[in-house]
Amino acid sequence: MSQTSFKKIAEDNMQPKEFSFDKENMQLAKKILKIYPKNYKESSIMPLLSIAQIQNNGWLPKKAIEYVSSFLEIPEIKVLEIATFYSMYNLSPVGKFHIEVCTTSPCMLRGSDDILSFCEKKLNVQIGGVSKDKLFSLNRVECLGACVNAPIVKINENYYEDLDLNTTDKLINDISNNKKVKIGSQSGRKGSEPRKSSYDKKR
Amino acid sequence: MIKKDNLIFKNLYGRNDPFLKSALQRGDWKDIKKILKKDPQEIINIIKESGLRGRGGAGFSTGMKWDFMPKSRDKQHYLVINADEGEPGTCKDRDIIRNEPHKLIEGCLISGYAIGATKCYIYVRGEFLNEASILQKAIDEAYSNNLLGKKIKGSNFDFDLYLHYGSGAYVCGEETALIESLEGKKGQPRLKPPFPASVGLYGMPTTVNNVETIAVVPTIMRRGHDWFSSLGRKNNTGSKIFCISGHVNTPCNVEEELGVPLKYLIQKYAGDVIGGWDNLQAIIPGGSSVPLLPKNLCEDVLMDFDSLKDAGSALGTAGIIVINKNTNITKVILRLSEFYKHESCGQCTPCREGTGWLMRMMDRIYKNGATVEELELLQEVTKQIEGHTICALGDAAAWPIQGLLKHFKNDLLKKPKKIDKVA
Repeated sequence: MSQTSFKKIAEDNMQPKEFSFDKENMQLAKKILKIYPKNYKESSIMPLLSIAQIQNNGWLPKKAIEYVSSFLEIPEIKVLEIATFYSMYNLSPVGKFHIEVCTTSPCMLRGSDDILSFCEKKLNVQIGGVSKDKLFSLNRVECLGACVNAPIVKINENYYEDLDLNTTDKLINDISNNKKVKIGSQSGRKGSEPRKSSYDKKR
Repeated sequence: MIKKDNLIFKNLYGRNDPFLKSALQRGDWKDIKKILKKDPQEIINIIKESGLRGRGGAGFSTGMKWDFMPKSRDKQHYLVINADEGEPGTCKDRDIIRNEPHKLIEGCLISGYAIGATKCYIYVRGEFLNEASILQKAIDEAYSNNLLGKKIKGSNFDFDLYLHYGSGAYVCGEETALIESLEGKKGQPRLKPPFPASVGLYGMPTTVNNVETIAVVPTIMRRGHDWFSSLGRKNNTGSKIFCISGHVNTPCNVEEELGVPLKYLIQKYAGDVIGGWDNLQAIIPGGSSVPLLPKNLCEDVLMDFDSLKDAGSALGTAGIIVINKNTNITKVILRLSEFYKHESCGQCTPCREGTGWLMRMMDRIYKNGATVEELELLQEVTKQIEGHTICALGDAAAWPIQGLLKHFKNDLLKKPKKIDKVA
């Protein structure tokens, strides 16, 4: 159901002409290679794709897949296979803030459907789409694994938890105004401790 | 029920610092020199005696699993930690990784020593980037304090620990899919046998254990197997982290003894069901893959492997999803069917095609209600998937629907009513 849009390889006119690791990532890549046995270079495909994606603003262009394949001297198809199999690799551009709303049952029970449709309206973006100003992209994802802090929204690499419509609204406003936002629970509780969240108080 | 003194995870909520100085104050790494002087087989025996059963879902004896590893050390042995936590309803390993990383690292060292593995990979789900960076910092601390690396604490044992990030595939929580993924392939489960203990990662003997299983090992070694087996019930010993999510007033993670009554857990820690206990409709007691329990079975069921099996469900990962009467239960299970459809790796036809069938049928029933024939067909499809796939993902997709059909058949036959707002 979910997550199809960013798995489609982007049109040629969106593809950058070239890709290579920057200095920092080159060092990181060499470090990653050493983690695995010398004759099992395939093990480095996933971590290298991940750092390539971070370097390229959250998505993997064709050139990055080619680059990782030649970097590891592995056939390109093996790298492409990984990039298409695992759902965290985006094969088309995402917004500066890539918003992923978890909608699996534990989050659904806490109102994630409302959060998702709220985001759609507020950002004027469809699920699987990017806003016109390219600031936001929105996707529906399966279990993010923080169920006792549901509902959860992941923006880029950070989790924002214990959300309701008010805190989601504030979260998106603060982020788009480059304000510093606390990662984690938005209801003031610490981690997964048993404490009333603002969400419960209201209902 | 559990005494404060018996809690293993004292920093579960992250109220204190996760790093070495604070971990030492909590008692981590105490007596590690002494433990590394023990004979590896003795450690395996202690874990066997303690009755520790794997905390990742299957509940297999950890000591016995370790004993399957070849005793000769002529090949490289690997320990792989499954931190690819993604079972809906489950979020316990995340708390261990970010708040008790040294328990996990120490557990890896001791377990690795016991099974003769000098290299260990922790496979963390890719989404847990912030949590894993805490773990990486703790690993760096351990290296600079000679708790990892060469000749650890004066022993002759070398041990290296690496992090490997997943990238969003639920199926990689299956141990052979996880190994495939670590080898840089698609996460598609392998046929067993051969089991990983003989042919695992890079073709070498490998043990794959869950984060929580490994993180309790150091405490068992320090306090003894008698202490551990005094907690919980016979064959279901020790304590366990329970994750209580869904329609409760204060959703939370909590460590309790195995065999704690489900009702007690929910009322004592999670602030009861939203709308009161009588507003309870059903509970999924062990993560999304297990059959649900209707309210009448929730009254006095105990939370452990054997009690839940007797009740027609399973402990799984102990991720408790509470569903109250204000929800359309068909929709809850439909969401799970969508989940399994999305996460099927596509290797076995019954699962690849069947999860789509289940999802579409559930969607139709949710929207239009069902006839008796349709429900029979739905049951038939689940039976066609169950037991006919390489890994348990097919079973996991079938069981929630079978639970629904078993306990809520009459509701499914009624015309659907649209109430799915939270409380």
